[in-house]
Amino acid sequence: MVDTIVARRPVPGRAQLPPRREGPAKLTGAATFTDDLVVPGAWYGLTIRSTEPRARLVSVGFDHQFDAHDVVLVTADDIPGENVVSLISDDQPVLVPIGGEIRHFAEPLALVAAPDRSAVRAARAHVIVATEPLDPVFDPLESREEFSRYELERGDVDEAMAAADLIVDEIYRVGHQEQLYIENQAMIAIPREDGGVTVHGSLQCPYYIHRAMKRALRLDDDQAVVIQEETGGGFGGKEEYPSMIALHAALLARKCGKPVRMIYGRNEDISATTKRHPAIIHYRTGVAGDGRLLAHDIEIVVDGGAYRTLTPVVLSRAVLQAGGPYHCRNIRVRGRAMATNTPPNGAFRGFGAPQIGFADETQVNRVAATLDISPLVLRRQWIYRQGDTTPTGGRLDDSLGLSDVLEAATGTTQFEANRARAASQGRVGPVTSGIGLALGWHGAGLGGSGEVRTAAVASVELTADGRIRILTGSTEMGQGTKTILPQLVAEELGVPYTDVEIAPQDTSVVPDSGPTVSSRTAMVVGGLLVGAARHLRREVEERTGAPFAEAYKKAGPLRIDERFRPYPNVTFDDEQLRGDAYPAYGWGAAVARVEVDRDTGEVHVIECTAADDLGRVIHPVLAEGQVEGGTLQAIGYATIEEIKLQGGRYLNDRLATYLIPTSLDAPKITSILVEKPFTGAPHGAKGVGELPINVAAPAVVAAIHDAIGVWINELPATPERVLQALGSFPEHAS
Amino acid sequence: MKMALQVNGERHVVGVSGARRLLDVLREDLGLTGTKEGCGEGECGACSVLVDGAVVDSCLVPVGQVTDASIVTVEGLAADGVLNPLQQAFLDTGGAQCGMCTPGMLIAGQAFLASGEEATDDHIREAIAGNLCRCTGYTKIIEAIALAAERSA
Repeated sequence: MVDTIVARRPVPGRAQLPPRREGPAKLTGAATFTDDLVVPGAWYGLTIRSTEPRARLVSVGFDHQFDAHDVVLVTADDIPGENVVSLISDDQPVLVPIGGEIRHFAEPLALVAAPDRSAVRAARAHVIVATEPLDPVFDPLESREEFSRYELERGDVDEAMAAADLIVDEIYRVGHQEQLYIENQAMIAIPREDGGVTVHGSLQCPYYIHRAMKRALRLDDDQAVVIQEETGGGFGGKEEYPSMIALHAALLARKCGKPVRMIYGRNEDISATTKRHPAIIHYRTGVAGDGRLLAHDIEIVVDGGAYRTLTPVVLSRAVLQAGGPYHCRNIRVRGRAMATNTPPNGAFRGFGAPQIGFADETQVNRVAATLDISPLVLRRQWIYRQGDTTPTGGRLDDSLGLSDVLEAATGTTQFEANRARAASQGRVGPVTSGIGLALGWHGAGLGGSGEVRTAAVASVELTADGRIRILTGSTEMGQGTKTILPQLVAEELGVPYTDVEIAPQDTSVVPDSGPTVSSRTAMVVGGLLVGAARHLRREVEERTGAPFAEAYKKAGPLRIDERFRPYPNVTFDDEQLRGDAYPAYGWGAAVARVEVDRDTGEVHVIECTAADDLGRVIHPVLAEGQVEGGTLQAIGYATIEEIKLQGGRYLNDRLATYLIPTSLDAPKITSILVEKPFTGAPHGAKGVGELPINVAAPAVVAAIHDAIGVWINELPATPERVLQALGSFPEHAS
Repeated sequence: MKMALQVNGERHVVGVSGARRLLDVLREDLGLTGTKEGCGEGECGACSVLVDGAVVDSCLVPVGQVTDASIVTVEGLAADGVLNPLQQAFLDTGGAQCGMCTPGMLIAGQAFLASGEEATDDHIREAIAGNLCRCTGYTKIIEAIALAAERSA
C-alpha cells in the first residue's frame, strides 16, 4: 500500500523535470503545423455543403456557363471504395450520393479544387445543388430514430424510493459545446506513385484515418499513409472528423493528380465539425431523513445529431458514470441516444461524463441544501470506500484517492469556514459571493472491453547505430505525450531523458497504439512502453552481461513490440454491463468561488481549486497544465459557452459569437495533484486528460446557489438563466 | 506592386497587392510561418505581431499600411538559436501546450514586458486578454510572463 503523496515540483527523489520535448520549436515558431507546410504545386480544396437540415439530393454540378478548365469537382461517384467514413457504424457517407438523404446543415455534398485560392472560391460559386426538402427533427425527445440504448439496474429502486423521506426530482439540460482548439482542422493529401495517398494533418488518431482511407479509397496498408503534423489542440474534436477531411483531400488529390490542401477556416470548423452532445437528464434521488443515500433513478437522453459517429460510446460513459462517485445500492440508469437533423455530435474531452457529472453533483448539493447538511459532510458519508462496488458490480479496491481529493480541495480552500462566513454575512447588496463544491470521477482508458479489443501495440527500438527510439501511434496535441513517454522509457532504462527519441507519428513507421483519446495514453501506452523498455533492458543486459546504460550503444538493432494484455482482475461483460467498466478511475474534487450580480445576472468565477488523483504524476508541470486547462473548459461550459440553433444550423458559428473564457474571464486556478498509484499499470499512472472537465461546472453551479440561493438546472448559467431563476424565487421577486 | 517591409530587423521587398493581409505576406511570401491564423477576424490573437512595438492582429492589417513600420514576429524573439528570457520562462513554467496560441502570446507578453508596467496578475491578464488559449487555463502563461519580468528586474 503506497501512501498518498501530494506532488510538488520537482518531485523529491525523482530526476529533475525535463522541459516539454517540442517546447523550443513551439516557442520559436519553428514547429510546423499542417498549414505551415510548403508543398510545391499543391492545389486548394473546398467542400460544398448543404444549406438545409434535411433533404433529398437531386443533383450537384457546375453550372453550364462555367469554364471548368483547371478545376476539379468530386462527387460521391468518384469514390472508388465504400462511401462511408469508417467508424463504429457505416451510416455516415464521405459525400452524400445523388438520390441520397442530406441529414444535416453543412453536410458535405461535393468537393472542388483549383490551383489557387481565388480560383477555387470562384469555382465553388458555380456549383449548383438541387434538392427536395424533407421534414427535419431537431428535438431529441421527438426523434423516433434511436442510435443506441443502455439500461442498468441494481437493487430495488422502486422499493427504496417508496421508503425515502426525501426525493429530489429534477430535470437537467446541457447544450452543445465546441472544442475550440486554436488550430482549425487541416489536412494535406499528396498522391503517391504506388497509387495511394499520403495525408499530413492535424489529428489525434492516425490509424482511424488509415482505416477510413483503406475502405473508401480501396487502398492496401502501404498505399494509405497518415502523418500527424504538429497539432494545435484536439480535445476530442480531432478524434473522428479528420477522417472525413483526409478522405476529401485524398479524393481531390487523386482526381487532379496534385497535392491538395484542405485547411478549414474557423467558421467552417464551427459550422460543420462535431460538438459535445447535448443531453436532457431526468434525475430522481431518494434519501433518508438522516442523509443516507437510498436510491437513484436516472434517465439520460442524448442528442446524437445526424450520424452515429461515437455516440454509443459517449452514451455508455454517461450511463456507466451516472450516480457519480458515491456508493448506491439501488440504482437504475436508462440512457438513449437519439438522432436529430443537426451536425453529428462527437468526442469532446470528458465524453459524456461532464453532462452526467453536472446532474450527479447538483443532485448531491440539492440534497445537502434541503436537509441542511454541509455538502462536504454529506459527501464524506456517501463517497466510495475501499471494497465498495460500482453499479456494474466493479470492485473498488485499488487506487481510490477520492477521500484524499475531497479533503485536499476543501482543506486548502477552508471550505467549511468560508461557507459559514458567506452564510452569516447574508445575501446583501447586488453582488454576492458564494462557494461551491463538487466531486467527479473518470474511468481511464477505453470502457468495457475496449482496451482488450483494441489490442494496442507500442515499441521501443534500439537502432543499429545505438539510438533508443519509441515507436507509437499516440499523438502529441499539447498534452505532453512526446515528453512523458520518453521520460518513462528513460527512467526504466536508466539513461538520460535526452537519449530517448520518439519516432514521428507516421503510419508507415509506428504501430497502432490505439486512439489518443479517453485519458489512455499515459496509463495504457505509457504502461506498454515501460514493459517494452523493461524487456529491452533485460535482453541487452543478459546478452552483454553489462548494465544497459553502458552496453546499449553497441547492442542494436533490437526492437521490442509490447502488445496490450488485460489488467489483472479487470473484466467486463459488454452485453450485460457487468464487471469493471474501466480499468481504473481518476478522482477529482473542485471548489469554486463566484460572485454573482443579481441586477445583471452575471456570474464571475473568482477562484477554482481542483484536486485530482492521477495515480502517479509523471510530469507535474504538464499534469497541472491538464488540470488547469480542463478546469477552465469546465468553467466555460458552466458560464458562457453555448451554441444557439435555428433550423438545425448553428447561429453563433464564429469566434466573435461563440465565446470561450479569456484571461480576464478565467479565475485563479490552483491544482493539487494527488497520487494513489494504479497497481495494474507498471508505472501506476491513471491518466488526467479528461477528469478535470467533469468536476468544475457543478462546483460553479453550487457556488451560484451559495451566492444567490437559486439552482441552475441548465448550462450555461447565462445572465438570462440566472435572472430567470431569481425571478422564480419569491425572496427576490420584488 | 513592390513593397518594402522591415521584419525582425531585416528589409524584405515583396511584390504583392497592398490589400493583402499582413498575415499572408508573413506566412506565404516571407515563409515566416510562426505567426498563426486562428479565426481570421481579430478575435483570437494567434496572428499577433508587433508593429512599431504595438500588438496588432496581422489578419486584420493590409500590408500596404505597414510598409514603413518595424514588424516583429515570433521568429524575431530568439537570437542565434537562444531562447529570449520570455521564451525561456514559457518553457520553464509550462506556458506552451499545443503551441498554436504561443507565438501570439509571446508577442503580447513581449509588449507587456517592454511597457515597464508592474507585472501583477491583473496587469498581465489585461495584457493578454486579446489572445485566446484553450489549453492552459492561462495560469502558466501568466506565471511565465511574471517570471520573465522577475528575472529581468
